[in-house]
Amino acid sequence: MASKKIDLRYFPGFLPLTYLCLFLLYAPLIIVLVYSFNDSVSITKWGGLSLRWYSDVFFGPEAPKFQTAAFNSLTIAVIAATVSTTIATLAATAMIRAGNFKGRSFGFVLINLPIMVPEIVTAVATLIFFSAIGFTTGYLTILIAHIVFCIPFAYLPIAARMQSIDNTYEQAALDLYATKFEAFKLVLLPLMAPGILSGFLLAFIISLDDFIITNFVKGAGIETLPTAIFGSVKRGIQPNIMAISTLLLLVSVVFVTLSYLVGRAGEKSK
Amino acid sequence: MATDVQVKDIAIDIRSVSKLFGDFVALDKVSLGIRDNEFFTLLGPSGCGKTTLLRTIAGFEDVSAGEIVLYGKDIASLPPNKRPVNTVFQQYALFPHMDVMQNVKFGLLRQGVDEVEATKRVSEVLELVQLNQFANRLPSQMSGGQQQRVALARALAPKPKVLLLDEPLSALDLKLRQAVRLELQQIQNETGITFVFVTHDQEEALTMSDRIAVINDGQVQQVGTAEEIYEAPKNKFVADFIGETNLIDVKVKSVSGGKASCILPGGAAINCSAADGAKAGDGHLSIRPERVALVSPTKGTFVGTVTRQIYLGTDMHVDVQLDDSETVKVRVQNSKVAKIPEIGTKAGLNFDSDAARLLVD
Repeated sequence: MASKKIDLRYFPGFLPLTYLCLFLLYAPLIIVLVYSFNDSVSITKWGGLSLRWYSDVFFGPEAPKFQTAAFNSLTIAVIAATVSTTIATLAATAMIRAGNFKGRSFGFVLINLPIMVPEIVTAVATLIFFSAIGFTTGYLTILIAHIVFCIPFAYLPIAARMQSIDNTYEQAALDLYATKFEAFKLVLLPLMAPGILSGFLLAFIISLDDFIITNFVKGAGIETLPTAIFGSVKRGIQPNIMAISTLLLLVSVVFVTLSYLVGRAGEKSK
Repeated sequence: MATDVQVKDIAIDIRSVSKLFGDFVALDKVSLGIRDNEFFTLLGPSGCGKTTLLRTIAGFEDVSAGEIVLYGKDIASLPPNKRPVNTVFQQYALFPHMDVMQNVKFGLLRQGVDEVEATKRVSEVLELVQLNQFANRLPSQMSGGQQQRVALARALAPKPKVLLLDEPLSALDLKLRQAVRLELQQIQNETGITFVFVTHDQEEALTMSDRIAVINDGQVQQVGTAEEIYEAPKNKFVADFIGETNLIDVKVKSVSGGKASCILPGGAAINCSAADGAKAGDGHLSIRPERVALVSPTKGTFVGTVTRQIYLGTDMHVDVQLDDSETVKVRVQNSKVAKIPEIGTKAGLNFDSDAARLLVD
């Protein structure tokens, strides 16, 4: 009866509540996934299994629009992830390896601000900033905004990894006649690799999925995949949206899983 | 000893080096001369500053004041990669993403030695530490003892002028530690490189070193051979830290020419040897337990009651309480022949005058 072991199963109602949460989270995704294979123009009536909406995404009337948007999304995600990962790596090196310098706590807040500030605020502020300095909105403004808000997401796994690496490795390298740069390049960086890759993948997926900031700063005439989907939905939900959402979901799942696996492999190899 | 200094060159001359961490004085005007081709040990309790001193020689810590002169050149302001010394770290710090060959080769390549030459040198040092067949292993695939030898090989490969060892044996188990001690000594002999070895283990220090510096509170307490430090400790700290000793409060009547005459608490007078700098007045005598002989009460200079016996295998430890309440520790070799007095019985104590030593406070 009175078990001393604390086990979540002994809390009455916990299990149903868990199932309810899981249901609310994943049921819509599952419906989208299932209905993306629906052979019907209706989004609610099941008309048999088919790949027609996938074919519509790639070859239908909206295909050129989606292809351009996908191209924009992918190139922005790759560039933003690369640049933000580089900045995050350098920032982590300074924050964790440079001792307790003046303004260190402030720097930490600054790096992580984009996570804490509501996205809509960042979006409005970024748009106002760009128009205030007379910057033409377009591909470049999206890219700059993405680089900025990707930094904290890249920073977190990189910093976590660096914190777990003892600094005697770099001391050993210096002791063995390496310059500071060689110690960084030949010893710290290879040990950091899993964290950096994990940060890159996370930044990539955050950039790929972003809607709010992108929608504000993109200006007219350019779309990323999320804004293109939104634009299409505004004119009524077509089944092809389900197909494209499923594809995007697949990419997300693959990248997040990769990021997790890489991080875990790094933990083991230490 | 004075002539010795002239015969052997000084490898590292540490000249009144101080190191402060905020308000904490880690090193307080430390001066030491470490000789060429010497196995020199820095011995002291944890937090005494011995590792900090080693790290200032390696270049991982700046000195707050003073000079570190390596074969005539002040290196105190050089970064670690510009100093011709190498370190064996306590936890080895082998690069986990490189195999043994790459680890050992690392220093050579950074020095600009060409690939062929470096490979040759690596097999030489791996031969020295008997690890040639492990060249392609990763550190994680090796035992603690093997990793320790890789760390040694890596530090020796660039032929440093001085090898610094930061408690390299502390991560090994007892049996392995004893084997590695001998190996380290042998390697020091073969290579002729000056070793500076940091340890808190007095047994390690006594068995391996040519000379030992005993350090406490950021200051050098005494420098000497194992025998000098054990037989002729300079002050209370050294006498107490190295081995076991009886410290007895005495009144010192006179000191001259390394001899002193003192009054024991019971009122008996005694002549003993005196450390340099010992003064008349209140002082402390150190008498090693194994230098005290247990005799029958009638034959003893002092008489007391046996209060404790501890069986130590090769030895027997006996506490004898003198009539004036002072307890004297005695160590007797375990032999079936000699009779150890029972607890509660009277026993006499005898010791030679040179067994007692007046310390500097």
